[in-house]
Amino acid sequence: MDLTYSPEHQAFRREVLDFLNAHRHAAPKGGGAAQRPSAEAVAWQKLLIAHGYAARTIPKEYGGYGAAPDILKSRIIGEEFARASVPPGLQSQGISMLVPTLLELGTEEQKRQWIGPTIRGEVIWCQGYSEPGSGSDLASLQTRATEDGDDFVINGQKIWTSTAREADMIFCLVRTEPDKAKHDGISYLIFSMKTPGIEVRPLVTMTGHAEFNETFFTDVRVPKSQIVGKRGQGWFVANATLKHERGMLGDPGQLESRFLALAELMRNETAGDSRIMDNPILRDRLLRLQAELAAMKFNGLRVLSASANGGDAGLARLIVKLQACELAHQISALAIDALGELGVLYDGSPHLRAHGAWQQAYMFQLGLIIGGGTAQIQKNIIAERGLGMPREPKLAQEGSRV
Amino acid sequence: MEFGLSSEQRMLQDAVARYLAEQSPLRHVRDIATAAKPYSPDVAAGLADLGVPGVVIPAEFGGMGLGLLEAALIAEALGHGVAPVHFAAAHVMAPLAIMLGGSDAQRLAWLPKLASGEATAAVAISQSVERRDGAGVAARDGRLDGTALFVLDAADADLFVVADTTGALHLVVADAAGLTQIPLTTIDKTRSVGELRLTGVKADPLPGGGIETTRRIIDAGRIMLAADILGAGTAMIEQAVAYAGTRVQFGRPIGSFQAVKHMCAEMAAALEPCRSLVWYAAHAFDHAPDEASLMACHAKSHLSEVGRFVARTSTEVHGGMGFTDLAGLHFWFKRIGLDRQLLGGPELVRNEAARLQGWIAA
Repeated sequence: MDLTYSPEHQAFRREVLDFLNAHRHAAPKGGGAAQRPSAEAVAWQKLLIAHGYAARTIPKEYGGYGAAPDILKSRIIGEEFARASVPPGLQSQGISMLVPTLLELGTEEQKRQWIGPTIRGEVIWCQGYSEPGSGSDLASLQTRATEDGDDFVINGQKIWTSTAREADMIFCLVRTEPDKAKHDGISYLIFSMKTPGIEVRPLVTMTGHAEFNETFFTDVRVPKSQIVGKRGQGWFVANATLKHERGMLGDPGQLESRFLALAELMRNETAGDSRIMDNPILRDRLLRLQAELAAMKFNGLRVLSASANGGDAGLARLIVKLQACELAHQISALAIDALGELGVLYDGSPHLRAHGAWQQAYMFQLGLIIGGGTAQIQKNIIAERGLGMPREPKLAQEGSRV
Repeated sequence: MEFGLSSEQRMLQDAVARYLAEQSPLRHVRDIATAAKPYSPDVAAGLADLGVPGVVIPAEFGGMGLGLLEAALIAEALGHGVAPVHFAAAHVMAPLAIMLGGSDAQRLAWLPKLASGEATAAVAISQSVERRDGAGVAARDGRLDGTALFVLDAADADLFVVADTTGALHLVVADAAGLTQIPLTTIDKTRSVGELRLTGVKADPLPGGGIETTRRIIDAGRIMLAADILGAGTAMIEQAVAYAGTRVQFGRPIGSFQAVKHMCAEMAAALEPCRSLVWYAAHAFDHAPDEASLMACHAKSHLSEVGRFVARTSTEVHGGMGFTDLAGLHFWFKRIGLDRQLLGGPELVRNEAARLQGWIAA
C-alpha cells in the first residue's frame, strides 16, 4: 500500500496546477455535455490539447498531444480540474469511442480526415448501435445496408442516439450480409447526418426531457468507402470501441460530490423544528451510503492502480458499473426522501430545491442502470467472467441465422 | 502509487491460509465446535509457529512488528477458514493496549509472552461500546468491581484487559482473587466469548490507558472483525459458486440459471469493494490517524451489512443442503453473525460515525 505519487507524478501535478492558475480565466462557463460546444469551449479545448490536458495520447500527426499513456497522469488531470472547478477536456461519444476505433482500425485517410476535427470539438458524432428490437442482444440488429453500385443503401431505425440532433456525423452498425451468422453480417459505417433520408425524432424520457432520439433511415446512400474495418467485421470493430469505453470505470469523484451535497442538504433542511440530520432513520441511511461510497472509492483506486501497473483488477473492475449506478441512484433516492413533500416538486415550482436536480437525477440514473449494459447483463458478466459460472445453454433454434 | 498488497503481505496471508487448509479442515472445526471449549490449542500452536500472535508486537519484544493491514490479512484468512482460535482481541487489541498504554514494566512483562504465544490475553471492553444487562466495571483504589460481558477471546486467557466506566484500561491476571469467569455460549462455536464478574479484584492500570487508547483498540478490533467477515464472506461465495456449478436440476447445473447466477453476482458485487475498504481502514489506522476511527466505523458497519446478505444468499444458493449441518456452511453463517454484533452492531457504529463527523452532537 503506497498512496503517494512518484516525484515524476508530483511534478506533473504541479504543472497542471500552474496551468490552471495561468489559464483558468479562459475556461468556458458551464458545461452542456450533449450540445455542440460554443466557440469559447472549442478554443479552450484547443488550449488543453496544446498543453496535453485533452487528447493527451492521440498522436500528434492526427492533431493530438502525442504523450505516452499514463493512467495516473490522466487521473491527476481529472482530479485537479475537478478540484479547481474548471471544465476538463470535451467528452463525447466521438472522442471516447470513434477516435480510438479509427486509431486502431481506420484507414490513414479516415484518421487524417476525422480525428483532428473530432477531438477539437468541431465535428460532433452520434452512435447508431441500439435498435428497438436489439438492445441487450445488439448483434441481432436489423438495419440493412444493401449494395448498389459504389454505395450502400441503408434502411432501418436506431434508438438511444443521444446528440443525434446536434451531430454532424454518425458511426453506425448496419447489416450488410443478411445471410451470414448474426455476428458476422455487420459492418461499421461512418456518414454525415445531413445525408438525405435521415430523420431524427427526439425521444422524451421519464425525466420530461429528450436526452435521446430515434433515428430513421430511408434509402440513405453512403459510399462504400465509408466503412471502418472490413465488410462483415463491424461487430468486432464495435467491440474494439467498447474496450475503450472509459465510462464503464465509473466516476467516484462525481459520486462523492453528490454525496456531499446530500449530507449538506440533510444538515440544512428542517422538518418542523428539527434538522433532517437529527432524524435517526434518515441519518442511518446516509451513513450506510457513505460507507458504501468509501468502499467504491477505494475499489476505484484498486482498479486504477492495477491498470497503471499493467494488470487487471478482474472482479473489482467488473462490478463497477452495476454498483456505482445503483449507489448513485440510492443517493438521489435518499435526497428525495429527506426532502419529503418538497422532494416531489419539479419543473420550476415554488419551493423547488436545487432546480429539481434530485428528481431529475433519480430518474435519469434509473436510465443509467438500464443503459450501457443493463444491470441484469452486468450480473451475467460478473457471474460468467468474474466467477466462472456456466453460461445459459443456447436455445436450439437460435444461432447461426438471423 | 500502489493501492494493493505487497508480495510479502500476500505471502503472509497465503501462509496462514495454507496452514489452516492443511491443519484446520472442516472436520477439525467440527470437533472443536462440539468440544467443551470453542478453541483449538493445536491450531493456535501452529499459528504461533508462523508468528501470528506477535503480528503487531514490535520486534524488540519478539513480535513481527507489522502493521494493522497485515493483521487484517491474517484476520481475513482466519475468517475464511472459520479458524477456531483467538485473534482480534488476543493478538491485536490486547497487545495494542499494552503497547499504547502500558508502562515499560508492563510491556516487558507481557509483550514477549503474548508474542510467543506463551500467554494469551482477552479483552473486556464491550461495556465501553454499549452496556447491556447492567454490565459495567467501577475502578476504585486499584480494585475493580462489576461485570463485563462479551469478553473477547476469553478461553484459557492468562490476562484480561478491562475497561472501567471511564473508559480507562486495567490489566487483571486470570488467577486474581475475586475474579469469576463464566463462558458465554454463542451461535459461533469457533470463537470464545465470556463474562467476568469482579469483586474487589486487584488491577494494574495502564498508565497511558485512557479513553483515547480505548478508542484506538476499539477501532483496531472493528477492523479485525470486518476483515473476518470479508474472509468468511469470500469463502461463502466460493462455496456457493462451486455448489451451483455441480448441483444439477432440470438437467443442467443450477449455476446456469440466471436466478441462481445473479444471486452469486450480487454477492460478489457487494463484497468485492469491501476488500478495498478493509485494506484502506487498516492502512489508515497506521498511516492516516485523522481518518482512522471513521474508516473503522465504515468498515465494521458496511461489512456487517454485506456479510449478512452474503451469509443468507449463499445459504439459499445451496438450497435445502445449505440449511443442514452436513454442508457445514452454517459455521461461516454464524461467524458472520457474531462479528456483526461484537463491538457494536451497524446501527450503533453508524451513529458513532455521524458523531465523529460532527453531524450530530457528541
